[in-house]
Amino acid sequence: MSTAIVEPTLPEPEGNYLENGYSLRSWLTTTDHKRIAILYAVTITAFFFMGGTAATLMRLELISPTPLIMGAETYNKLFTAHGVIMVWFFLIPSIPATLGNFLIPMMVGAKDVALPRVNLLSWYIFVLGGMFVIVTLIAGGIDTGWTFYVPLSTRYSDTQVVYGVVGIFIAGFSSILTGLNFIVTVHRLRAPGLTWFKLPLFVWAIYATSIILVLATPVLAMTLVLLAMQRVFGLVIFDELLCGDPILFQHMFWFYSHPAVYIMVLPAMGVASEVISCFARKPVFGYRTMAYAIAAIAAFGFMVWGHHLFVAGQSLYASLVFSFLSYVVAIPSAIKVFNWTATLYKGSITFEAPMLYALGFVGLFLIGGLTGLYLASLALDANLSDTYFVVAHFHYIMVGGSVMAYFAGIHFWWPKITGRMYPESWSRLAAIVIFIGFNLTFFPQFILGLEGMPRRYFEYAPQFQFLNILSSAGASILAAGYALPVLYLTWSIRHGPHVGRNPWGAKGLEWQTRSPPPVENFDVPPRIPERPYDYDPEAEEAKRK
Amino acid sequence: MSVNADLAGRRANDSESEVGLWVFLASEVMFFGLLFYGYTITRMAHPQAFAIASAHTDVLLGSLNALVIFTSSLTVALAARSLRLGAQRASFWLLAVTLTLGVLFLAIKCYEYYGDIDKHLVPWGDFALHGPLAGGERMFFFMYFVMTGAHAIHLTVGLGLLAFMLAGVGRGAYTQKNTEAVELTALYWAVVDTVWIFLYPILYLVHRS
Amino acid sequence: MALPNSAAPVSYPLVSLPVAATPYAEKVEGLFWAVTGVCTLVTLGIAVAMTYFCFRYRSGAEVDRTLPDLAAGKSRSRRIEATWIAVPFAFFLIFFAWGAKLYYVYDDPPDNALQIFVTAKQWMWKVEHADGRREINELHVPVDQPVKLVMTSQDVIHDFYVPAFREKRDILPGRYTVLWFEPTLAGVYPLRCDEFCGTGHSMMTGRVYVMSREAYSRWLASGSQAPSLARLGFDRFRELGCSGCHGPSSRIHAPSLAGVYGQMVPLSDGSFVRFDDGYIRDSILQPARQIAAGYSNDMPPFAGRVSEQDLLELTAYIRSLANTSPDVPQGNHLQ
Repeated sequence: MSTAIVEPTLPEPEGNYLENGYSLRSWLTTTDHKRIAILYAVTITAFFFMGGTAATLMRLELISPTPLIMGAETYNKLFTAHGVIMVWFFLIPSIPATLGNFLIPMMVGAKDVALPRVNLLSWYIFVLGGMFVIVTLIAGGIDTGWTFYVPLSTRYSDTQVVYGVVGIFIAGFSSILTGLNFIVTVHRLRAPGLTWFKLPLFVWAIYATSIILVLATPVLAMTLVLLAMQRVFGLVIFDELLCGDPILFQHMFWFYSHPAVYIMVLPAMGVASEVISCFARKPVFGYRTMAYAIAAIAAFGFMVWGHHLFVAGQSLYASLVFSFLSYVVAIPSAIKVFNWTATLYKGSITFEAPMLYALGFVGLFLIGGLTGLYLASLALDANLSDTYFVVAHFHYIMVGGSVMAYFAGIHFWWPKITGRMYPESWSRLAAIVIFIGFNLTFFPQFILGLEGMPRRYFEYAPQFQFLNILSSAGASILAAGYALPVLYLTWSIRHGPHVGRNPWGAKGLEWQTRSPPPVENFDVPPRIPERPYDYDPEAEEAKRK
Repeated sequence: MSVNADLAGRRANDSESEVGLWVFLASEVMFFGLLFYGYTITRMAHPQAFAIASAHTDVLLGSLNALVIFTSSLTVALAARSLRLGAQRASFWLLAVTLTLGVLFLAIKCYEYYGDIDKHLVPWGDFALHGPLAGGERMFFFMYFVMTGAHAIHLTVGLGLLAFMLAGVGRGAYTQKNTEAVELTALYWAVVDTVWIFLYPILYLVHRS
Repeated sequence: MALPNSAAPVSYPLVSLPVAATPYAEKVEGLFWAVTGVCTLVTLGIAVAMTYFCFRYRSGAEVDRTLPDLAAGKSRSRRIEATWIAVPFAFFLIFFAWGAKLYYVYDDPPDNALQIFVTAKQWMWKVEHADGRREINELHVPVDQPVKLVMTSQDVIHDFYVPAFREKRDILPGRYTVLWFEPTLAGVYPLRCDEFCGTGHSMMTGRVYVMSREAYSRWLASGSQAPSLARLGFDRFRELGCSGCHGPSSRIHAPSLAGVYGQMVPLSDGSFVRFDDGYIRDSILQPARQIAAGYSNDMPPFAGRVSEQDLLELTAYIRSLANTSPDVPQGNHLQ
């Protein structure tokens, strides 16, 4: 054809998902995955600050080796509340239910999740579960620790264990339904031509997470039912006085709760892959290996729960197997860290806030992962298990890893979600403050563990005071760091400058639509790229000149 | 053609609900899986007690229930097939039979529970078995009540679905062109039946092995 | 009068890792530093690489960014990835094997270990020595002597943790767990409960005194002349009616308990079990579960009829029969 095809310049279509009704009713009855994502975001932010308040009070108390502002019972209730809220009501839904909900349909080129009404239902179930937990707190809280070990939780604690357990049980169904929805969405609603190996790693990660959610959560639900039955009726297979076995509870609990760690960290890995490749302007190094690593982590994650029971009276041979498998599951995590680093090589790197959070994530996850090697070793774990070393280790994974990545994701997709940009310098400052505050809070706890300070300690030997003060000082910096994004992000909703479709020049399908997206995500069908992460650092450099 | 029409077109051809149900059933397998795991571990610790306690279950009613529920598996499958083939009336009656069999199962189960309570086989409170292995026997009856109870709850949900389908087919809401809901209900019912295949031998037949 | 704690405040070093007071602890320390060395190197390596890449390939820097073409790049990156799968795996295998071997080798207490019973309860430690000496929240042991703790809990799960020994073990209600150590360095070491056990968890602390042989003998001699655990167990053995069947002159067909402690004994189902503290405990509480070969189960279960204390004493008594013969009247060896 001799004449060039002139694309008709259509006027930009009007209206987006945020403008589709302003009433509370329009939000509470929505089946739009983007609005549900925001409902989740608001809910879990509230829980994050509840859990954070508990942590702040604990760190305040721990400044002194002797009682300072509370009694032992209050302290025990605080760390239980902190654990329960942060694990089940913030971390597990954090990335999947907010960013996942918002992005998965767009990333696969669909107009919504496969089962939109189920999606809304799962939010309501989550809120119901959360209300039970709030009622539990008002009624006096629980003092067993979030692990609910029997027989402490069944016969000896006189706190509100049953309410709390019911809350977690209910919230579990929300997890199952969310996971189910993502699995069906990824299987059924991918745009034509969008094959599995063209999917962003974020989709892979959420998909793998969903499988864990669907398969592990029912185990927790049933375990908690058995626990509640023992408390109410006084007889269950965990009861040592009636020939039962308290260790059986620990097996059942960790069969869920170890994979739960991967529920928290796999989505974080997905976010990091998106953000790092975008700001390095380079395809993720070893895309296929990264995808397989995600699958491997999800699969092996189910086989390592016994490493929580090395000193609990588990048989030596079981411990040997679990120790070995725990090292095996570390391999795919190691691959991911190496590949992110290699992604930077020969990139064209810029350092906007999402990138700073993502680089922080890689560093902190690395330390968290490496300290896991100590705890996978039988001889070392027999010393370090249940000390502050463990506390520091899993905070590096869950807070340094998951929360950092959650922030990276929120900052990366904020312009897409709201159509506005937050203040650049404030956001970079917050990333740096959080990174410093985090390390100051949790690195001393590794040393405390090595010195022999057990976790869940209200009073401690005076020799531990210096490091505890250091940790508490870090916590205050961390708290300030977490307050900053809330302030400037809220500010930006009204006052931030408008942004176009693709402010970062990113390659995912979600960037092809308007910001904020229209109600059904795309005005025209998205163009499916030849390969994922089709960045070109050289072209990027040439464009700059 | 707008993108939305395009996406809607994809929707009509593929069944998200069916994939969703399979995923949900995988979740159910894990749910019951935990109970089977607990049963296995406890039985390994108390093998003789489990054999003795199992002899106290009502094997006649258990077997009768197995017969009832397996028959209902057949009728529900035939109901879905009839609807697919356009035999709406047959489908209606087959669903009705399935529903009746389901209710019969629950009735027999309740009668059996009544007998168990009468014989003081409820593991808390005044437990009838006092022998040297009473601890393990309590464990057995605990698992017996939890597992059959969980199964009965699932069965009740299934009955609700069946009633809904029965009304739908009777009304003409589900026809040859619209069989999915009935087929998915049949699938769910089949899985609930399958659970009984596993429960029946491990609860009623231990002492015979 | 000046109280000790009103004296000048003690100053502590800011960071002080506990001493390694047993040979095992020293070996664990070796593994710890090896792992720490490798991990530090890896952390530094990644940090340096990331910082270097971030600086060198920052946007706007004039550097070569050409990537190898797709086919060549693919095989190259495969090789690179294979390397960083294989090398960490090799290191992980070493860590695994090293840690597992240490743990495995030190799993079985030596036969000459001094056996001490520990009962944990909310929120205190009760210690009973074989000679009947009892302590609360303190444990005195001689230096250079393997010590085997047989532990049980009266309520929730506790955990016996002595950082200086680099060892801990959960203490469960309803069963015995074992922890052993051979301190080679005299001193006083903190003992802590390491499994959350309720309100007073952090106050459930104690001290382990590792004493020279002479000091230990003096400590032993200074104690009240309480009858030994085995002696008490012998009394219990008669009071509870055990001797009626298990005694040497009994007409009832019951297995003799003399000379069997520590041996593998055959069971009626054809399997074998070690006749140890756990087996004794189970057999008293639920005799029907594991029946000795050649006997029928005529023994009533004692679950709910004996206390943890009774069990400790009975076990101590039966253990003291290890080197006796069935014909000697029981209790004589305790004189």
